[in-house]
Amino acid sequence: MSAVAAPAPAARVERWTRLSGGFTVLLAGLVVLLAFGPVLWSENALNNLIQLYFLVVLAVMWNALAGYGGLVSVGQQAFIGIGAYAVVFLSLQHSLEPYLAMLLATLIGAAVSIPVAAVVLWLRGGAFAIGTWVVAEAFAILVSLDPNPAIGGGTGTSALIPFNTRYTPEQRLHYTYWASLGTAAVLLAILFVLLRSRLGASLQAIRDDEGAAASVGVRVLLGKGVLFVLAGAGCAAAGALILAWQLSIQPLGPDSVFGVNWSAKMIFMVLVGGLGTFEGPIIGAIVLYLLQTYVSSSGVWYFVMLGAVAIGFALLLPRGIWGTLQERFNVQLLPVGYRLRGRA
Amino acid sequence: MTWVNAVVHGILLGGLYALLATGLSLMFGVMRIINLAHGSLALLGAYMAFLLVEHAHISAYLALVPVLPGALVVGYVLQRTVLERSLRSGMLVPLLTTFGLLIVIGNLLQEFFSPDVHSLDPGAIGPAAWRITSRLSIPAFDALILGIAILVLFLLQLVLTRTQIGRELRATAADPDAAELVGVDSRAVYARATAIAVATAALAGVFFAMRSTFDPTSGPTQLIYAFEAVVIGGMGSLWGTLAGGIVLGVAQTVGAQIDPQYFALAGHVVFLAVLVVRTAVESGGLRVRLRGATT
Repeated sequence: MSAVAAPAPAARVERWTRLSGGFTVLLAGLVVLLAFGPVLWSENALNNLIQLYFLVVLAVMWNALAGYGGLVSVGQQAFIGIGAYAVVFLSLQHSLEPYLAMLLATLIGAAVSIPVAAVVLWLRGGAFAIGTWVVAEAFAILVSLDPNPAIGGGTGTSALIPFNTRYTPEQRLHYTYWASLGTAAVLLAILFVLLRSRLGASLQAIRDDEGAAASVGVRVLLGKGVLFVLAGAGCAAAGALILAWQLSIQPLGPDSVFGVNWSAKMIFMVLVGGLGTFEGPIIGAIVLYLLQTYVSSSGVWYFVMLGAVAIGFALLLPRGIWGTLQERFNVQLLPVGYRLRGRA
Repeated sequence: MTWVNAVVHGILLGGLYALLATGLSLMFGVMRIINLAHGSLALLGAYMAFLLVEHAHISAYLALVPVLPGALVVGYVLQRTVLERSLRSGMLVPLLTTFGLLIVIGNLLQEFFSPDVHSLDPGAIGPAAWRITSRLSIPAFDALILGIAILVLFLLQLVLTRTQIGRELRATAADPDAAELVGVDSRAVYARATAIAVATAALAGVFFAMRSTFDPTSGPTQLIYAFEAVVIGGMGSLWGTLAGGIVLGVAQTVGAQIDPQYFALAGHVVFLAVLVVRTAVESGGLRVRLRGATT
């Protein structure tokens, strides 16, 4: 009677590779280096980097919804607008310290997203997309009808007074720079931890097949709800940063803080970078930032290009730049999944 | 009496929304996709009519004669070149591509026609109204639009139930694979459905442009109104779309009666309320309670 040895597994499951471990350390180091930006770079460069950071936040949040939850929202501008207006309301009306107001605005975004989620998360596909858009329109109209002089109704308002009474323009630039870098880093870290948790696995199951996920016991609505609240908070944080960066805001029209053009930018960044990949939206944000800085940042042709390139990527390269590279070279720099590795 | 007047005007306005929503409803019924560019395509129809009115000096009604066949072609080509490809890649891609189209069309219109506000002349019927009492009048043009909406829905139902094209459409909507097995070319069916949808959108767009002013940013608003009508009426049902349009129209005119600024907001609120109630019923909360009450 000979004991049969269990066959050696032909492959092992791994999460961290030498490459991904090294890259994660490198990225953390990069964030530390970027934190020294205000002593190293010019005012102009800092202004540009603030834009890049809030674009990263927006892209990562939109990708969290669509790439991991299968939720295509064209109404995240609701939270951008709420974040921006919450800062004005708290700092102008209630004389709160503006950067503290930005933090509170993020929490307000999360709080508002809960009742919104209770309505829109029952919708699927295109119905969810337009449902979120209706919510954004409703918030924009409500803000534009607000008779409060701090809110300014349809003509918009400005946070010039609360910022300028407390800080010099240089201080405001530096603090806003750190706030936006910090927001981007913290939100990326939260999403990274979230996706590596048990919830992350269930989220990806929901995205791939909602019915099948539910049948094996995944709590679909809870998973989507967590993503929606995170995205609500993240987009409100981005809205607060946008306010601190441009100071004056309007509630109505496609270019306003409640405008649908933000959705166009988010969809562009995520599709170009790679829908459903962790690294993709960051790459998409860098691409959009370079386009805005070196080609054009506004105007009709800029948006025609955004829309056309997004369509092109959706049809011809649906995995985006990073998804395609990942497929070809089998690399993952920030490990949110598992890899199978054959025994040598 | 002013409230009755507001309700009557709302019912008539519902005709325009039903006309706008018909194509959206048809495409959802057949392909299970929501075309986010639907409002922009309606607006494109309005701008094409505007171009003909300005340069060929014909009336907006006559402009429909070339615009509607043109819209059929646009819809057919759009399906064959863009949407057909996007349908093969799952649920998300059709949404993303049609949203891209919405952005492209809106901005191209702004480039070629400037952001200025325009309007089409509805002719003598425009200001005409039947005065019932001093506070209650029925605008003739809105009644005409409601009549056209009912006619279009009736014709569409006739096509769907009585013709070979209609039978193929319904078969493909029910089960595209089974329809393929009995010899239906589902891609051709989809292209016809989109062609019809874009033509009805263009028709609605031209009437919208005659009824009120329009500018290159009007597309998304029309999409949202059309979608609200579709959802209120029950997704994918043609006559439900008319009911949904009327509910939306009444909500808006009654809201505007309270304060003119509440026009759009009242529609959004009713739409969201319908969603909440329907969700509560579907998820069983209300049903259980109702059953508990009867036993």
